[in-house]
Amino acid sequence: MSLYEAGAVTGVGETKYLRGTDRSALSFQLEASLNAIRDAGLKPSDIDGLIPYGHGAVAEDFITNFGIEDLRFSATTPMGGASAVAAIQCALAVIQAGICKHVLISLGRTGYSGGRIGTRVQQMPQFKVIGEFEMPLGAIAPAQLYAPMARRHMELYGTTSRQLAEIAVTTRYHASLQSNATMKNPITIEDHQSSRMISDPLRLLDCSLESDGGAAVVISAPDRARDLAKRPVMVMGVAEGHPDSPSAITQRPDLTTLGLAKAAPKAFAMAGVTPADIDVAEVYDCFTYIVMCQLEDLGFCKKGEGGGFVQDGALGLNGRLPVNTHGGLLSQAHMAGMNHIVELARQLRGEADAQVPDAEIGLVTGYGDMGDGALAIMRRG
Amino acid sequence: MDGYDKLVPTPTPDTQPYWDGLRDGRLRLQRCADCGKVRHYPRPVCDSCWSMNVDWMDAAGRGTVHSWTITHYAFHPGFKGELPYILLTVDLPEGVRMNARARGIDASALRIGLPVKIAFDPVKDDLTLPVFEPT
Repeated sequence: MSLYEAGAVTGVGETKYLRGTDRSALSFQLEASLNAIRDAGLKPSDIDGLIPYGHGAVAEDFITNFGIEDLRFSATTPMGGASAVAAIQCALAVIQAGICKHVLISLGRTGYSGGRIGTRVQQMPQFKVIGEFEMPLGAIAPAQLYAPMARRHMELYGTTSRQLAEIAVTTRYHASLQSNATMKNPITIEDHQSSRMISDPLRLLDCSLESDGGAAVVISAPDRARDLAKRPVMVMGVAEGHPDSPSAITQRPDLTTLGLAKAAPKAFAMAGVTPADIDVAEVYDCFTYIVMCQLEDLGFCKKGEGGGFVQDGALGLNGRLPVNTHGGLLSQAHMAGMNHIVELARQLRGEADAQVPDAEIGLVTGYGDMGDGALAIMRRG
Repeated sequence: MDGYDKLVPTPTPDTQPYWDGLRDGRLRLQRCADCGKVRHYPRPVCDSCWSMNVDWMDAAGRGTVHSWTITHYAFHPGFKGELPYILLTVDLPEGVRMNARARGIDASALRIGLPVKIAFDPVKDDLTLPVFEPT
């Protein structure tokens, strides 16, 4: 038994992405959810399963606001930025079990206008080990915790900051093509190289944005998906992967391998495809380095070869692997990867702002906390 | 209030001996009382044999650099006056790693395998942090 095509993305929704708001995170989450539900051609009360991103709206909020009379399932998948993609696996499982027909996965946040990341991580339970042993030393924010992974990769494999810059430049160009992105002015490699150092080797333009807004997707049972408003996007393979030493990167045997390396073989096997079959990839991009490392862990190139792989516009719309066609967390908005799922579905429907021609099969990854990973592979339905 | 404006640890019964050790100028590591595996950071169960019996041992206090970052931005206001600072990830010969600030190490000297030794930085009455210095 497998989750192969046990569900489909039938609706996607976003709010306007912002840097500055007086609205609540809850209102963003509910607005994005309503947009996704309408996109599917459903009524809010048709939703019978909820997997909201943690630290946000809870089942009670949806029941109350949407008038859901018979909610059959609610859960969270607490994997930080991997939560949204991991939630797809959870949704497929409860659909295949016959519990739900339409599961809503959603996120709303005021990451720009509310508490910033350096403050937020101090309250997250999954950061408690870091909170005791590393934050008092001054290793507080993800940029600082992840930088030693990038440094190790550079020292072992000769990866350069200019190679990471390629990711930032390409992603920003994709954002410039979007109707809904917060950072649309194109940048150059030299702009990246002259941006201020945050935590060496990560510069400002290696880092994702902090954003206000919301994004959501509806996952439906295959027998329902066919009759809805939009062409379904079938989920062919999905898996989550937890890295070794998941609460402290410091103690990880191999600093350059993420949880995604455990998820990728499972999801590709379930889907029955290989990296060579992927037309478009939406890869969690909290930092440029994390994109490159995931491309290795996904099997697009060998460990250590990611720097060369991303060079020369390889990740552009006409490159060998179009990546983050929406502008990602680096330039569209930081919606914890929910926007990556939205974009993949739009690419496979053929309705993206920066459309990859003839995109039929694509993937979306999540990366969170100290290296949690998740992967979903989808096809045009 | 003692005027210390940085983040402080909240030790638990499982981790208190580590912090007590630092305060006494000792780097103490957990060692499984049954199978002998050394582990860090401190926690209740040995992931090798699942024993909950714990010994504490004194580490040799030396290690080699595994990776590092140099922080130029204060993610907490308490660290503003100390920028930039070097955070080292260090392999200890006991088989675990440690994270600590570098003291007296020039950024240009940093490389994988650089030997370092532990030192102790009493930052307030009841808190001593580890630091790494050149050997």
